[in-house]
Amino acid sequence: MVPGGASVPTISRIGPFRGSTTTFGALIGSGFRRYATYRQATIAGTFTNTVFGFLRCYVLLAVAASTAGGQPGGYDARQLATYVWVGQGLLSVIGIWGWTELADRIRSGDIAADLLRPVSPLVAYLAADLGRALYAMLTRFGPPLVAGAIFFPLHTPVRWQTVPLFAISAVLAVTICFGCRYLVNATAYWLQDARGPITFWTLCSGVLGGLYFPLRLLPEEFTVALWVATPLPSLLQTPLDVISERDGPALQAGLVALQVVWAVVTLGLAAWVQRRAERRLVVQGG
Amino acid sequence: MIVMRDLRKDFTVRVKAGRLRRHKRTVSAVGGITLGIERGEMVGYIGPNGAGKSTTLKMLTGVLTPSSGEVSVCGLAPVPQRTRLALRIGVVFGQRSQLWWDLPLRESFALLRHVYRVPAAEHEARLRRCRALLDLDEFLDTPVRQLSLGQRMRGELTAALLHGPEVLFLDEPTIGLDVVSKQAVRSFLAELGAGGDVTLVLTTHDLADIERLCRRLVVIDHGRVVHDGTIEALHARYGSRRSLVADLVDPLPEGFALPGAAITATEADRHRVTFALEGATAGAAVAGLVAAVGVRDLSLLEPDIEDVVARLYATPDPSDAP
Repeated sequence: MVPGGASVPTISRIGPFRGSTTTFGALIGSGFRRYATYRQATIAGTFTNTVFGFLRCYVLLAVAASTAGGQPGGYDARQLATYVWVGQGLLSVIGIWGWTELADRIRSGDIAADLLRPVSPLVAYLAADLGRALYAMLTRFGPPLVAGAIFFPLHTPVRWQTVPLFAISAVLAVTICFGCRYLVNATAYWLQDARGPITFWTLCSGVLGGLYFPLRLLPEEFTVALWVATPLPSLLQTPLDVISERDGPALQAGLVALQVVWAVVTLGLAAWVQRRAERRLVVQGG
Repeated sequence: MIVMRDLRKDFTVRVKAGRLRRHKRTVSAVGGITLGIERGEMVGYIGPNGAGKSTTLKMLTGVLTPSSGEVSVCGLAPVPQRTRLALRIGVVFGQRSQLWWDLPLRESFALLRHVYRVPAAEHEARLRRCRALLDLDEFLDTPVRQLSLGQRMRGELTAALLHGPEVLFLDEPTIGLDVVSKQAVRSFLAELGAGGDVTLVLTTHDLADIERLCRRLVVIDHGRVVHDGTIEALHARYGSRRSLVADLVDPLPEGFALPGAAITATEADRHRVTFALEGATAGAAVAGLVAAVGVRDLSLLEPDIEDVVARLYATPDPSDAP
């Protein structure tokens, strides 16, 4: 074969499972490095997250101070501060906003290059997104949390399982968020331009995901309905409730279990949509 | 290696027909192509804009589902077996990039090795060869977004070859490149084809690519094959003519005629004239011309493939005929 020698097509498999794991790992690494390129963006983003953390924290603490009993939505002041500051750190890890890569590539026709690889686009983009999240976890999660810890009393987890559960919950949140973003971006297969759905997603995910205010401040029936019927509270509300220990151990674990369900559902749906799209795909341009 | 049988692709377009109404109309992009390509062949696939070249290539690579007909590449059905086929073909779309925008070439290549699961030694050997032939070393560590078009194209070619594909599809690989980069790409592909292992399908608007690289030429127009054969056969079939260009001392007299040659152009106040040789030998034409008028300079031009193809493209669509 060319260039280089052997005359037989030599795509050697190292063993299907090990091979897939290596490929997946390499794709995660590529996602990590792609985002690591933009250092100034990392610094600017971290700074912004921290500034908004102060804003949100003061507002919520003011709400707490004016609420009878001082526990709005069942959080005390320390839990609220934790909710805000961990949330500010987690925001860019989960990456609710700003991912339009798939939609852009569908619109420009560059998606053809993704389809010409021996890895499904969904798997390749998932791996790259996990790499992105890993980079964000290492660079952007810590600083807001440290700033919060310096200026506000935070809640220290008392249960042994809280931190590992939070870690699992964060990974699941990244996965669910990716699945949702993939679905929103994939509307470009039908609409050509996914800006409308993306704007709608940005609004919904912020308001109903627990970013702007804890959903527990809303009537309980509404919150439960949101949790069960949409993946949105599983994005931020769940990991933040887990780390601030808002609920008892059973409910704390139950919310993470619900995330597992949503991760499976969103990824499954994304895979189905991708298959449908490939059948009707019109690659734009010559 | 590649078999197409009555391959068709129709697109449905909605045409505006009033404020809210839309009419559906079916447009045929590829209208029944039957073609076979053997292992090791280098085939030039040309046609005017919108002839269906890229659409055919997309169907061959499994990106686009054909409306009807059969297609097989490397014995696989492209769309259902797309991921398996991807391991055995290489594709370069001149107008798209398969490299990662933010990563240096070196990292893109390393990543491709894992994506295609190529053993390290094979990867190294192929990369070394491409680096030498395509002069990659000076920009191997530059992020792709900062590469010039020529550099990126050389990177794209390498990326398409690192897994040792059996078939290489090139969709306008020299588009927008300068002369030097075009030469580099062409000689690289010529070397690749000389091995005889790789089947190469090349679409282009630059016929010099074809003349340099492909023995077989497939011309399509309006989604149909209008010529399939060598470049010589094309010349013979469409009556390509050599032309004689003469710079004259005095303007060419009105009504001047040369037996067996037709005047196709006059320039510079009739001081320069071009004849197409239709039957007359070059010797006879030159002798006749020199005998009649004062000639300062003469040149004889071989038939130009561009002309042939231009005439071919201008031929009306057979399906439009009543």
